Amino acid sequence: MTTHPTTSAAPLSVRDLTVAYRDTPVLRGVTLDVPAGRLCAIVGPNGAGKSTLLKAVLGLVPRAAGTVRFFGGDLARARRRLGYVPQRGSVDWDFPTSALDVVTMGLYGRLGWIRRPGRREREDALACLDRVGLADLAHRQISQLSGGQQQRVFLARALAQDAELYFMDEPFAGVDVPTERAILDVLRDLRGRGRTVVVVHHDLDTVREYFDRVTLLNVEVIATGDVDTTFTPANLRRAYGDRMAFLDAPAPGSALRAAPLPGAADD
Amino acid sequence: MNADAIILGTALLVSTACALLGTFLVLRRLSLLADAVSHAVLPGIVAGFWLSGGGRATLPALLGAAALGLITVTLVEALTRSGRVKGDAAIGLVFPALFSVGVLAVSVYFRNVHLDLDAVLYGEIAYAPFNDLMVAGRNLGPVSLWVMGALTAVNLAFVTVMYKELKLSTFDAGLAAALGFAPGALHYALMALVSVTTVGAFDAVGAILVVAFMIVPAATASLLSRRLPIVLALAVLAGWTASIVGYVLAILLDASIAGAIATILGVQFLLAVLLSPHGGVLTRTRNRAASA
Repeated sequence: MTTHPTTSAAPLSVRDLTVAYRDTPVLRGVTLDVPAGRLCAIVGPNGAGKSTLLKAVLGLVPRAAGTVRFFGGDLARARRRLGYVPQRGSVDWDFPTSALDVVTMGLYGRLGWIRRPGRREREDALACLDRVGLADLAHRQISQLSGGQQQRVFLARALAQDAELYFMDEPFAGVDVPTERAILDVLRDLRGRGRTVVVVHHDLDTVREYFDRVTLLNVEVIATGDVDTTFTPANLRRAYGDRMAFLDAPAPGSALRAAPLPGAADD
Repeated sequence: MNADAIILGTALLVSTACALLGTFLVLRRLSLLADAVSHAVLPGIVAGFWLSGGGRATLPALLGAAALGLITVTLVEALTRSGRVKGDAAIGLVFPALFSVGVLAVSVYFRNVHLDLDAVLYGEIAYAPFNDLMVAGRNLGPVSLWVMGALTAVNLAFVTVMYKELKLSTFDAGLAAALGFAPGALHYALMALVSVTTVGAFDAVGAILVVAFMIVPAATASLLSRRLPIVLALAVLAGWTASIVGYVLAILLDASIAGAIATILGVQFLLAVLLSPHGGVLTRTRNRAASA
């Protein structure tokens, strides 16, 4: 009767997912497969339902229809294998706690109910803070961190969860250059260890450089697949409409960071 | 037991039980919801009074109040989720409706008994020494100490045992849900305890001032520290100092004890606003003067 999750099953498989607020569909018939060990971007215009997709997949907002499978099993079975980095603005950074304590929260899942974190958890959390370059600020109150540092604390917390499949909601939004570098290093490190990361991303200029796969979303899935074949001007126009008429994405395989920014690269 | 000790003991227990829950209410930005619950439990108390045939802080009244507290929270959330009114408007709609039912019931059915509106609204802690718990003909001491002692123990146990879960779901309900920590259930458990504590504290401080005991010490403490365990301890401590100073003040002025304690709570908050090491008004002015 029970289907056992197998290592061969895709980390994430979404079928016909529909989410509605009151009567308006926010996501319609989303079907999506995320293969293991890849960095996957979800891009689309404002209001396309990118964050909602993450939340619906994780069961944080109700689904109107559709199925979501993690590693071939359901959410309850896969919970401990999932990590979630919400948008930085989703929490109150005046909360009376330290950076280290927030990272330790990522370990609560393995502790279960009632058991308190001990020395081992603090050491693990400190190691995660070190990986994002914030070990020095472990005992800093979180309101006294810069926006980029707060984002890295969230990332360290996700690392502490030691998940196999990560969901990150706009981790690159409004961060400074060192933080962007730190996040990117962590993403590549995760990929190197066979982990899978799904990132809601807003910066079209960096999609080719940062990610292996991309899903273009605008309430429905416009296109999904490898960046080289999917992140095309034609698909972008379909996702963004006329607003993106100016955009000429560089041809597949061209030098990416070196290429002039789209828009500045007018003929 | 002498009357001073009973009154002061009751006040200390009320402030402890309230401050422990209040800290999480303030951090969750639910102060107004606590206000709503403290009023909306009135019909539950009346129903409990009716069923048990007397006594406000008895088990039926506590259960009735807990039920009404949960109904309040559920109605507010249902209204908010319907998208027809915003969160604070939903609170403003639900609690006057429930409170008015309670007021009507009190004024119609209990005109001539000692459940009167003044007692419900303002409480009277000075009566605490005159109401003893009788079990099988034996006098076990003041009811107020038993009820508030039990509630303080329950609240302390809840906050201690569920500390990690409360902290996580308060800071980041999304992660709490993702890790399987049932933040919704925890929210209702917290509000049920708020309802029961409100009713337990009714006799002592009444429906209006109980909110001061929940919210003001917690708000004061969160101005003074950036660490949650310290905030909790300071909130309890602020409740205690206000209870003691307020009681002495009330005797000197021959005034309402609960009113005097709540006033001292307000004075403490004002001092914290001015003198907090974390961005207090005077602290900042002095630092600016020092750096100029």
